[in-house]
Amino acid sequence: MSQPPPGTRPDIDRAALAARMTACVGAHNVLSDRESMRPYECDALTLYRDMPLLVVLPENDQQVQAVMRCCSELQVPVVARGAGTGLTAGSMPHPEGILLSLAKLDRIVRISPQSCSATVQPGVSNLAISAAASRYGLYYAPDPSSQIACSIGGNVASNSGGVHCLKYGLTVHNLLSMTVITAQGERLQLGSAGLDSPGLDMMAIMTGSEGLLGIVTEITVKLLPQPPAARVLLAGFDSIRAAGDAVGTIIAAGIIPAGLEMMDALAVQAAEDFCQAGYPRAAQAILLCEVDGTEQEVEQHTGRLHELLQRAGASSLHIAQSEEERALLWRGRKATFPAVGRLAPDYYCMDGTIPRSAVSTVLEQIAGLSKHYGLRVANVFHAGDGNLHPLILFDAGDSEQVRKAESFGARILELCVAAGGCITGEHGVGLEKLRQMPVQFSHEELLQLEDIKAAFDPALNLNPGKGVPILKRCQEYRALPGRHQHD
Amino acid sequence: MTETPEQDISPTLLQRITEAAARREPLRIHGGDTKRDLLGRPVAGTALDISGHRGIVHYEPAELVVSVRAGTTIDYLLSALREQGQTLACEPPSLGGGATVGGTLACNLSGPARPWGGAMRDAVLGLEMINGKGQRLNFGGTVMKNVAGYDVSRLQAGAMGTLGVITQINLKVMPLPECVQTLAFECTAIDALGMMRERARQALPLNGACWHAGVLQLRLAGAETAVTHTARQLGGQALAESDTLWRDLRELRLPLFTQATPLWRLSLDPAAPLDDALTVSAIDWAGAQRWVATEADFDTVCASAAAAAGHACLFRGGERHAEVRSPLHAPDAAIQQRLKLAFDPERIFNPGRLYGWM
Repeated sequence: MSQPPPGTRPDIDRAALAARMTACVGAHNVLSDRESMRPYECDALTLYRDMPLLVVLPENDQQVQAVMRCCSELQVPVVARGAGTGLTAGSMPHPEGILLSLAKLDRIVRISPQSCSATVQPGVSNLAISAAASRYGLYYAPDPSSQIACSIGGNVASNSGGVHCLKYGLTVHNLLSMTVITAQGERLQLGSAGLDSPGLDMMAIMTGSEGLLGIVTEITVKLLPQPPAARVLLAGFDSIRAAGDAVGTIIAAGIIPAGLEMMDALAVQAAEDFCQAGYPRAAQAILLCEVDGTEQEVEQHTGRLHELLQRAGASSLHIAQSEEERALLWRGRKATFPAVGRLAPDYYCMDGTIPRSAVSTVLEQIAGLSKHYGLRVANVFHAGDGNLHPLILFDAGDSEQVRKAESFGARILELCVAAGGCITGEHGVGLEKLRQMPVQFSHEELLQLEDIKAAFDPALNLNPGKGVPILKRCQEYRALPGRHQHD
Repeated sequence: MTETPEQDISPTLLQRITEAAARREPLRIHGGDTKRDLLGRPVAGTALDISGHRGIVHYEPAELVVSVRAGTTIDYLLSALREQGQTLACEPPSLGGGATVGGTLACNLSGPARPWGGAMRDAVLGLEMINGKGQRLNFGGTVMKNVAGYDVSRLQAGAMGTLGVITQINLKVMPLPECVQTLAFECTAIDALGMMRERARQALPLNGACWHAGVLQLRLAGAETAVTHTARQLGGQALAESDTLWRDLRELRLPLFTQATPLWRLSLDPAAPLDDALTVSAIDWAGAQRWVATEADFDTVCASAAAAAGHACLFRGGERHAEVRSPLHAPDAAIQQRLKLAFDPERIFNPGRLYGWM
């Protein structure tokens, strides 16, 4: 551990800290040996790893509060972690801090069918909420691809999306209230059971704040009635451009599909090899278009979409004939990441957003970069909401390829910003995209973000070195090891 | 459409704000000044009129995104959207034509479609603002998803101008529904509340549910086949004029909005039972928004709202120099105060508009 200069973070003694944490949560909830802590060294972006001083696993809100009070007093950095499915190293541990796992706060507190809401602890998985609500004919709408595993606390921290965002919104649109423990260990009750709350919109500022502003210990989400009907259409196209234009045609016709996904040829072939979903292998791009609602609405929109896709020049067009086939078509899409993962030792998943109309231009530019770097790339695109996920194939065992993949990824994000988009649609900034923040934000804007951070956490104890680059307080950050510093 | 010339007065606004900050001169920000006596506390400050900063900067119907200067009126924006078969899903009021997009966002004022179409805060994709240091800042963008940095654009919704001057807003727009039908049911408030909740739990093309003057009205909107089928299924009286109540509700033109008694807006758990002590004048948002005209004191109304897991706001009339919204818990208020100073260190923007202490 490097020696901090005077006046910055005090040295932390691991054993002394372990004793304090044990007093807060009990010995069985504190991990300190390297082997037990190993599973916590990274999230799903395994390129970035580090070990914390301790892993602490509180079992309830009071224990979280005790831990936060103690860490505030001792000036110990705290990195919160949900299920560890994040893709930006947002929950990578801090080497001089604790890793606070919320996994044991995993209780569904209550489902209120009359109010159409569910109150849950942060460690509950996204899918478990819908599973528990289904007996009332209700569900929780945001559905990230990792929904089997990812936790609702992590969804709140990253304002997660999914394949149904255009119609049903992001996490921020589907929350009612939350309990937050601040960096100082105070408890906040934000939002309410009503739709609007007075004062500043603290729910908005907390959602997507990547663990930099507080620790969420309870969340009340909105539940929606399960749509009685849903149908999916699969359309193949001879070019990316034709598929992109078809998306514009659908939206311009006044239909908001529940899901609208595009995949390029490499992604289609990988998915098809992986789970034989029935995608047209010859296509340069496919569109999966789902409509949901009442039987009548779905029937009317399916007919209209069939007509629109045909007119947009689809080379193949198929409507799923059964619920099983619909599930299979989606399984192909949701399995694209692991399917592409089989094509190379590793893949690097990007998350830029672009205006829909720019998709063919941006994908052509990405194809050019792919040649330049000599790395293959498969593209999946939440076409309904302009969120592009290029998957760069590389070998993490080859340091030259790692360097190229990171540089390729950075260039893609710059392309997205230049096209009028942004550097992250749903994965967040974490550690991974800190260097791209100045591409999207001016110096003054970054300072404003930093001032917001200071309003919540003036000592900068929460997830330091992630999410928002620290500019004017860099003095304190000299106390951090080299890899946590940034300009 | 009324004539609204495009006009960019942001350099003037920037200069004005810089001067005010240097002098610590409080500013009362306004657009059409239509909400001066509503929602908030009165502001003592020099008027800063943004209504001259207007015009649609960019509109791409196929992207479902429009960028407008904050002084553009809601009326002007909605008619431009209507020409392309689109609208704002949150159904904001135009309040006689003067309401601006900036003011509507600052107050986060939504219409009857709010539970299904979201609020203004839900439609915001990004914005440009000037903070209290006279810096022009952009947050968010023109795309549906953007999670880089904190959600500063959504934070402006409901902040009532206390954090800065909003100059330009990017909004998500939605297609106009193909078909709209309103059904009326005569019933008591209690029965109406029960029926609203029952219907809200079902997958129906619902986008309005309000009880007023002894009648529950349900509005269906969406694909024609779905609306027609659902209307048959639900029964009730199909109204020939399907928009009358919704327009009067949205535009605050019902008698309850103009009578002399102080008018409270309660934002509650939609399923919370009615409070026998406070007679409700209207129940909107499928139960989540209730209008109460009462002489009851501030603490009584706030306690009633808190019992229903919600908040109260003295919407119109009453003692407006005292606090007009449910109090915040101390740690929450402390952070909100620090957030205010993070944007507006000299406290020049709408001092006291939201809370006396902010």
